[in-house]
Amino acid sequence: MTKERRNLLLNIASIISVYIILWFFQKYGTEYQIRILNNMAVFITLAVSYNLVNGICGQLHLGPNAFITIGAYTAALLTMSPAEKQMSFIIKPLIWPFSVIQAPFPVSLIAAGIAATIFAFLISFPVFRVRGDYLAIVTLGFGEVIRVLCNALQSVTNGPLGLKGLKPYTTIWWSWSIAIFTVIVIQKLINSSWGRAMKAIRENEIAAQAMGINPFKHLMMAFLISAFFSGVAGGLLAHLITTISPTLFTFFLTFNLLIIIVVGGLGSTTGAVIGAMLFAWGGEALRVVESPMDIGPVHIPGIPGMRMVLFSVILMLVIIFARRGITGRNEFSWDWLFSKLSGK
Amino acid sequence: MTTKIFLQQLTNGISLGSLYGLVAIGYTMVYGILRLINFAHGDLLMVASYTAIYGIAMFTLPWYISFPLAIIVTGFVGIMLDKAAYKPLRDAPRISLLISAIGASFLLENLALVVIGGVPKAFPRPEIFAKVVSIHGVRIQVLTIYTPIITILLLFGLLFIVYRTKAGKAMRAASMDFETTRLMGIDLDRIIAFTFLLGSTMAGAGGIMWALKYPQVNPFMGVIPGLKAFIAAVLGGIGNIVGAVIGGFLLGLAEILLVAFMPEAAQYRDAFAFVILILVLLFRPTGIMGEPIVDKT
Repeated sequence: MTKERRNLLLNIASIISVYIILWFFQKYGTEYQIRILNNMAVFITLAVSYNLVNGICGQLHLGPNAFITIGAYTAALLTMSPAEKQMSFIIKPLIWPFSVIQAPFPVSLIAAGIAATIFAFLISFPVFRVRGDYLAIVTLGFGEVIRVLCNALQSVTNGPLGLKGLKPYTTIWWSWSIAIFTVIVIQKLINSSWGRAMKAIRENEIAAQAMGINPFKHLMMAFLISAFFSGVAGGLLAHLITTISPTLFTFFLTFNLLIIIVVGGLGSTTGAVIGAMLFAWGGEALRVVESPMDIGPVHIPGIPGMRMVLFSVILMLVIIFARRGITGRNEFSWDWLFSKLSGK
Repeated sequence: MTTKIFLQQLTNGISLGSLYGLVAIGYTMVYGILRLINFAHGDLLMVASYTAIYGIAMFTLPWYISFPLAIIVTGFVGIMLDKAAYKPLRDAPRISLLISAIGASFLLENLALVVIGGVPKAFPRPEIFAKVVSIHGVRIQVLTIYTPIITILLLFGLLFIVYRTKAGKAMRAASMDFETTRLMGIDLDRIIAFTFLLGSTMAGAGGIMWALKYPQVNPFMGVIPGLKAFIAAVLGGIGNIVGAVIGGFLLGLAEILLVAFMPEAAQYRDAFAFVILILVLLFRPTGIMGEPIVDKT
């Protein structure tokens, strides 16, 4: 058996075992555990696609929340029935094409991805004219603009009221299948010549250009693919929470993704996956610090917001003292595992 | 629109613009030396406002002691920010420095949220700032007149420090070349700390005037003014102190006049500044007063 064949079989086996674990939780797990599993999968999708721009291309993009918003609204508008939409839009009626069409959940997810990609394409021209801090602030600004538009364009987004009563279509099967699909696609991309070109741009843009790589083309490619998956994940998120409003998708969401990929290891898909799982689980586990505590006779009232303080401190400690994060830029591979196991 | 209302809006725009300008100075100074957007700079507005509130409410200080004290405290918070978040990363890649800045910003905001709470606090407004004067029938709050005057005075003070003192000379040297500056026997860390001190005191003054103008103080009050001030700094030409103030004035005026002429556009106000940013970066990345930025390695 060749190495490639072995690795392929092991990959298939591990995907099947993921599904077996999911089936187990579906059958015996509590609703709370399923919720965390769903969150994990959505965060994996988001973090792995976000990492493509931030980690692989090395451009600090701070606007994934914009694409998540676009995806969430597109998907939600498509799955709601025309009657529901008429009920929800009480300030201003929904404008024409959206008011009559309805699509099944999978179609709405693809549409969410495409909508996010179109916006990404439009914004990529000013974004990739600049680099570094400017790129960060332009993408951050794009997120703000989308938030303002969500509040203002009431005939499309229902303004600050948001969209309520979405059907909870997002099951662990959907969310994990999409997460696995994202990881496979992005891994394939990273290991292709496109991915190597992106890494070359990250290391030294001028040298990459001298090798005949067109930075704009490659960065835009990464940006669009990242936006597509962010949009799909936004659609998943909308049908997981079932209520969306502009306040849900602030810069705060981007900040969480940034923590995930920095702690996991910037530039590593494995790191992004580990970071996302830790975050989804740790975010829940850390609720302890916000709940009231009784240590002996001393009663400490709950401190809301304490988790965010901890997250910020963790982010800063990791970036200052352990810049490589958990995995650095290394990826998990079967070859690596076997060489460790055989002690070579 | 009558001339009266126009004049009123004009003074409002100048007053708002001068606040943007004051905050933009801090961005532009830090950017000039470290080539870093100090994301936490906007949050210094919040630090200054809360310190001033506590000075008045808890220690019953009169405002003329509490306000300067708050500005000084903000200056030192700025130095601490540099020491904690940026100094350990001097030789790190730019992206790490930016992430650290974002982390510091969130830390300040959420620390305030945990310690003080999310309920907005009323900012005590001393009588002399709340007065309303009427000039030829145009009714203006005195604060609106004081703000640009204070800004201009602070700007001149700052320009004196930067262009007429030894520390200022060292600062200008550091913004050109770290290595050569070090070779001249200048303690770079002290100069950077001094830059943060100056920039943060400007933000402190801006924060207090911001709170006087909009007397609702909450942990996230500095985010949007901070972003807009940064845009003002880019508009004026990043790295240029006078440019920052001019950019601030222009941005403030543009925002207020946009809302004045097109009231239905008021809800797009926060997006407007970013559209300006994108336009500036597309057509004149160096801003109004800026020279091309030299890449420092």
